[in-house]
Amino acid sequence: MAKKHVVAAASEIPPGGRKLVSADGRAIVVFNLGGEFFALSNRCPHRGGSLCEGNLTGLVLSDEPGQYNYIRRGEIIRCPWHSWEFDIRTGKSWCDPDKVKARRFGVSVEKGAKLIEGPYVAETFRVSVENDYVVVEA
Amino acid sequence: MNIEVRARERGQNTKLDIVDCDFHPKLTVEQMRPFLSNQWWNYIQTYGNRSRHGYAKGYAYPKMTPQAARRDAWPPGGGLPASDLDFVRQQHLDFYGISAAIMNPLSPTGQGDMNVELSVAMASAANDAQLECWTRRDPRLKSSVVVPYEDGVASAAEVRKRAGNKDFAQVFMLSRTGEAAGRKRYWPIYEAAVEAGLPVGIHAFGYSGWPMTSSGYPSFYIEEMTEHATSAQVMVTSMIMEGIFERWPDLKIVLIECGFGWLPALGWRLDKQWKRLKDEVPHLKMAPSEYIKKHFWVTTQPMEETENPDHLLEVMNWIGMDRIMFSSDYPHWDFDDPFVSLPPSLTDEQRRKIYSGNARALYRLD
Amino acid sequence: MTDVLTEVGAIDCDVHPSVPDVAALLPHLETFWRDSAVERGLNSLDSNSYPLKSPLTSRPEWRNKSGLPAATAKEVGDQVFGRWQSGFAILNCLYGVQLLFSEDMAAAFCRALNDYIAKEWLDRDPRMRASVVIPMQNVEYAVDEIERCARDKRFVQVLVLAMQEVPLGRRHFWPIYAACERHGLPLGIHAGSAYRNPVTSLGWPTWYIEDYAAQAQGFQSQLASLITEGAVAKHPGLKIVLIESGVTWLPGFLWRFGKFWRGLRTEVPWVDRPPWEIIRDHFRLTIQPFDAPDSPEAVERAIEHLRSDDILLYASDYPHWQFDGDAVVPAGFSPALRRKIAIDNPLATYPRLKEDAR
Repeated sequence: MAKKHVVAAASEIPPGGRKLVSADGRAIVVFNLGGEFFALSNRCPHRGGSLCEGNLTGLVLSDEPGQYNYIRRGEIIRCPWHSWEFDIRTGKSWCDPDKVKARRFGVSVEKGAKLIEGPYVAETFRVSVENDYVVVEA
Repeated sequence: MNIEVRARERGQNTKLDIVDCDFHPKLTVEQMRPFLSNQWWNYIQTYGNRSRHGYAKGYAYPKMTPQAARRDAWPPGGGLPASDLDFVRQQHLDFYGISAAIMNPLSPTGQGDMNVELSVAMASAANDAQLECWTRRDPRLKSSVVVPYEDGVASAAEVRKRAGNKDFAQVFMLSRTGEAAGRKRYWPIYEAAVEAGLPVGIHAFGYSGWPMTSSGYPSFYIEEMTEHATSAQVMVTSMIMEGIFERWPDLKIVLIECGFGWLPALGWRLDKQWKRLKDEVPHLKMAPSEYIKKHFWVTTQPMEETENPDHLLEVMNWIGMDRIMFSSDYPHWDFDDPFVSLPPSLTDEQRRKIYSGNARALYRLD
Repeated sequence: MTDVLTEVGAIDCDVHPSVPDVAALLPHLETFWRDSAVERGLNSLDSNSYPLKSPLTSRPEWRNKSGLPAATAKEVGDQVFGRWQSGFAILNCLYGVQLLFSEDMAAAFCRALNDYIAKEWLDRDPRMRASVVIPMQNVEYAVDEIERCARDKRFVQVLVLAMQEVPLGRRHFWPIYAACERHGLPLGIHAGSAYRNPVTSLGWPTWYIEDYAAQAQGFQSQLASLITEGAVAKHPGLKIVLIESGVTWLPGFLWRFGKFWRGLRTEVPWVDRPPWEIIRDHFRLTIQPFDAPDSPEAVERAIEHLRSDDILLYASDYPHWQFDGDAVVPAGFSPALRRKIAIDNPLATYPRLKEDAR
């Protein structure tokens, strides 16, 4: 049963910022995307890199060779090790391991994006702000 | 930052003896300065290193991360990744409980420079700098004899200069040499290495001056990363077909950061063609795959990622569990963490060999 | 006794007709080029990729009195259709016209070569099909030649060499791939080099065996290029056949290339699914040579690593000496798989085979 943990003052994490916190013994990184808070398990599900050390970037999609369709700047965190991309809002990684696993986890193909979001997912946590404090449920 | 969050996990694994067969210390020209003549110091300041590609600084293909390093490997006190020994200890050696690490300095060593005379001067200085600034300060770190490989004779002299010094674990070359590695111009290096009782560690990279594929230059960094495997395949083929293992039956080669998933298929291909074309290479006295099994070691990083984990184990069994040695590639981005990178289904005995036993035997660390 | 491992009615996807010398092409050259060839003493376009007398180039018993193998349609037919009972054969002519530097000369010689194949080979045996040899020296000329030869339905593929001047994925080649796609012609990439670059990234190796071994690396580079440049993404109908590649290098290549794609995807975001999926959809490999030990167990394991029943194509590589006896298919393929690679997979890959040849 997830419990609420106060992890930081909201003012400590301005928009575009991030903070590594601990909740229930778990290392969690909290992001502020334009006033909205999101929390991911800090441990990269690929090989264990520390996501809070990674770089924030945008999402690169493409409809055809030569086209770099760059959107949602600042909403993707890349693992500092092998550069895997994680969508901060959903925790999903933007590469697809094998099809069999994808089916088992009920992977969906988002309309307009041919990319299949794979099951290498960074665990997400519910985050809210209560009385100017960031609260994570873990 | 991984230091704090990984502490609990590390505790579970501290009994594992780990020898890291690919650690990249960042040497600096300042560290090398005491060992360079004024002429060469001034040359470096004025004309600099010039690799066989266009850029004065940086790389032919831009990396995905600055310095191709893990983003968390920049020392808090400043300097480039793996330039600060204290931070290296904290983040890597002490953190994982690594009992020995083989140093493979990549730059600035002058290897493969357009100016071979500069390579000769820098190789010697790089070797002294490793001893003075790294090995002497932390005996876990083993130096490698950097050689100006495009000058085989000068390289042999450098090896002989260092022979007998137990601080050096191997002779060190890069994989993309100006000619294929089995060619005569490199024979003095192998001769000297065998005389000195040292394996030759060959690490992916360098700029041969030739396009990275047999069809010219690729466009992308991802292609270059993939091509290190093909270059290594060429290198292995050349070494076998030129007969260097017949000349030097005690020669040992370590393929560092080349991957290894391709090695069995290469052995099969060479065996098949050798059966047919034997008359061309009568100096070969056994099948090519036998030379591979007898003379080559591989390091684990970058660990191939198979769809079916059993397939990787089949490859490892073909190569031989006693020929595979763990490597991290610290501080680079495609780094392999020792605790999570090896297949979980290895037996304890296999784990012991891969993590340290094989390296201790090959590099005579005990 | 060697195994008989052929398949009745198979489509043999890699057979090599010989061209004895340039004189054989003269009747098919336009007058200026014919006179030029004679006046300039241009007698031979033999490629170093297959030294004529090398054991690999042909089994001894398949050579005629002059040492030339596969010299006539009848000889080839007797072996491939007679002895091995194949139903069709796809002729891949490796005569070195693609090595010429002059674009115009190359185009002229490609035309002559394709006409020679049509007249001296396809006309003589209705079971024969062929690849269009194109002048990669000039993309417009190459497209012209595809358009010209595509009218003859017996041309079922477009042929290029594994080692070029620049990697095959590059965009300026794309009109060629569009033409292939348009006409239902797979792009056949065959072992061999145009020798614009050394055959390895480490320069020119010493021994011929190194040159031939290096072809496997050449295929790996082309695969990476065709995928990363988006040539496959841009031409979803394109099928690419890797001919005489050795096959078993493929899994190891995918493990590495796929691993790096996961982290480096943003460099080539139009590669929107794992490389191994793209390869299983678009690429096919002929089975000779099959680089594996001579044991059914080893061959079975190698097939298993490929993780696809659709990807392999039956081929003898006649007259290259890749196997002994009649073991066109290595022991270790199940009879069902042998049948699939001999009939179903080629038919799926070469749509023109299903049509009436004329």
